Amino acid sequence: MTSTDTHAGTTTGATGNAAPSAVVPTRGARFTGAAANYIDERTSISGLVKEVGRKIFPDHWSFMLGEVALYSFVVILLSGTFLTFFFEASMVPVEYDGSYVPLKGIEMSAAMASSLDISFDIRGGLLMRQVHHWAALLFVASIGLHMLRVFFTGAYRKPREINWLIGFVLFILAMAEGFTGYSLPDDLLSGNGLRIIDGMVKGIPVAGTWVSYLLFGGEFPGTEIISRLYVLHILILPAILVAALGVHLLLLIINKHTQFAGPGKTNDNVVGAPIMPVFAAKAGGFFFIVFGVIVLIAATVTINPIWNYGPYDPSPVSAGTQPDWYIGFADGALRLVPPGLEFVIFGFTVSMNILIPLVGLGLFIAVVAFYPFIEAWMTGDKREHHIADRPRNAPTRTAIGAAGVTFYAVLWAAASSDLIATHFYVSIESVIHTLQALLFIAPVVAYQVTKRVCLALQKKDREIALHGFESGRIVRLPGGEYIEVHEQLDDYERWKLVSYNEYKPLMIRPDANGKISVLQRVRGGLSTWFFEDRISPVTSTDIERSHDSSH
Amino acid sequence: MAKSTSSTQKRRSGRRSPLASIALIVVGLLSTGGAYALFTTAATAETTVAHEQLTEEGSKLFAANCATCHGLDLAGTEAGPSLIGVGEASVEFQVATGRMPMAQSGPQAEEKPVQFTEEQIEALYTYVGAQAPGPGIPDEEYLAADGDAALGAELFRINCAMCHNVAGAGGALTEGKFAPSLTGVSAQHIYEAMVTGPQNMPVFNDENISPEDKANIITYLTYLDENPSPGGLSLGNLGPVSEGLFIWIFGLGAIVAITVWLTAKSN
Repeated sequence: MTSTDTHAGTTTGATGNAAPSAVVPTRGARFTGAAANYIDERTSISGLVKEVGRKIFPDHWSFMLGEVALYSFVVILLSGTFLTFFFEASMVPVEYDGSYVPLKGIEMSAAMASSLDISFDIRGGLLMRQVHHWAALLFVASIGLHMLRVFFTGAYRKPREINWLIGFVLFILAMAEGFTGYSLPDDLLSGNGLRIIDGMVKGIPVAGTWVSYLLFGGEFPGTEIISRLYVLHILILPAILVAALGVHLLLLIINKHTQFAGPGKTNDNVVGAPIMPVFAAKAGGFFFIVFGVIVLIAATVTINPIWNYGPYDPSPVSAGTQPDWYIGFADGALRLVPPGLEFVIFGFTVSMNILIPLVGLGLFIAVVAFYPFIEAWMTGDKREHHIADRPRNAPTRTAIGAAGVTFYAVLWAAASSDLIATHFYVSIESVIHTLQALLFIAPVVAYQVTKRVCLALQKKDREIALHGFESGRIVRLPGGEYIEVHEQLDDYERWKLVSYNEYKPLMIRPDANGKISVLQRVRGGLSTWFFEDRISPVTSTDIERSHDSSH
Repeated sequence: MAKSTSSTQKRRSGRRSPLASIALIVVGLLSTGGAYALFTTAATAETTVAHEQLTEEGSKLFAANCATCHGLDLAGTEAGPSLIGVGEASVEFQVATGRMPMAQSGPQAEEKPVQFTEEQIEALYTYVGAQAPGPGIPDEEYLAADGDAALGAELFRINCAMCHNVAGAGGALTEGKFAPSLTGVSAQHIYEAMVTGPQNMPVFNDENISPEDKANIITYLTYLDENPSPGGLSLGNLGPVSEGLFIWIFGLGAIVAITVWLTAKSN
């Protein structure tokens, strides 16, 4: 809108000087023109608007997932601000005297009591709590889906590796925000969650106990943790998150958005709508749609019924105690560790049942964070990529992604092993044992199946590009021969099927000393693994040849 | 003189004799006591007859439906546990919730449509209660759900929630066993379950949780049954797992549908 105003202002000036007889601008147009000029003379903002406002965003549904994350974050900020007006981050024991009958007269922390007051005695409080929590779940979920989109289209390749890393940091920060927020009401569920964190921290050799005492200000649960988590939750984590988000968006503008291949869409341009005014208007409208969906869910579906959980007390643990979905994979990892792995050395217990998940998940997360760099090294590809890959055109990458998703999904399922047992009438031991096996087998199967499916789809694309679709129309030629007429694709459709890069395994060459180092051999091996199975894109020669032969 | 003496003696030995009042008291006591005894005996005889009929019917039902596994002498067989000491409450709970007789062997007896009429159930538990005395049918005063819900909720969280979940939604146990959902379970059955410990449930006797506190727990569960979740749909009170599935399937599903719609090419 600012952009439109600026343009109106310049137009007014031009017409005023050059052609007084031209259409006299309306009062509104004169005002916006003057106002825009006033601001521009003092801030030189027109340069920025010119630069940013003309950024082009291509249109594809999957490109909007990051926006969903951004908008749910705005909803979280707004609803969270409301909650801070009434939440009391203190573990001072009070006697609850609010409206909820089954907790009346029960001793609880001020944090829990104020959360209950927000839920039952402050107008709109329960809606705001539920908006905040549902928006948080949607925030992390949309980040996850956004990351998957970026991964499977290869949109993290040069020059966007750093932005992938920043996005990854945002994902971790979102999970940290989620977990600290989950712990704040000081209800039974959140206390159980903190106890698990405490246990994991204490499982770290040597430093664990010290770190735990430092974090909780003494033995768990202490009287400090809620106020400390509150500061993390509303001050430092959001501050880092907003800063990282700013850099993420800045890099998005600097790098430009990727686009899918199509006629006229090349590696050197971006085809789509400019930010001003089309994209901005669409995005603004989309913000309200996302907001609306969140409020609709929050108004109709309960989330985190702290009144059921009751105040935190270290002794009871409810059946069906789980973390929010985004911490589920870590909970699942703890559940899948087989028993009896602890051992004692020099009088110290080494809790392998905690260390294995910690190290395993740490490695998994590290691979996710650094995957763009790993892939770039393996493929030796130093070109810039602005055309998003169709997942089938990078079979090995897609297969790696599918294996990673499967690994995560098995851990995720393990976090709900007890509910799987009760709802599908199976024993919890068999659920655990099945998932333990699947954790190792399923990613391999997913890798192989995905790779084969991708290659098959590529073959199909090649077939269609070369020979078109079978039309089902049988024609008898004068010589008596029957043929089926194939309908050829038009050039626009064919473009989408044939325009992708072909990669080949790296050729390993000796270095200056005439030797091939071990690292280079590994690299060559990995590159072969990555690109050995491939379907070459159809070239124009191929198409011409196929047309000649079919006629 | 001798005559007068004899007449006084005669008179003394007559109705004015000091023994007369004692005899009168004895007669009076005997007659009232006897009549009382007579009447009361008649009354007991009547109840005894009814009791005997119930027991007899119960005995037949037991022999036909239960004895295969629990044995005719209630001492159990290889297929089923002994019923010695289970009492009426246990039989009422197991049979009136449809758990007994079991449809098939399994990790635990599951709730299913009740197989007997109320009279038959009464006959069964009367029979078993007579043969194997134990906890009886609970008093009505503990089942009215008019106790302290807050105290009940606290006791529930401490004693019950680890298996049945804080909102009574149920949970998993080992080897395919599970703690069932408590939604819609009658006050009497909750009480009976606490005193008898059916399936894998521990017994919460009166020393452990007093009858008044049991009534408080029943009050809390009744409160949960009668008051819908203040936040809207409860999603089965299963906690973050159902919330996570909901946001991925319906929340993100709806959003993705909208993005596809927004970027769809106009025809």
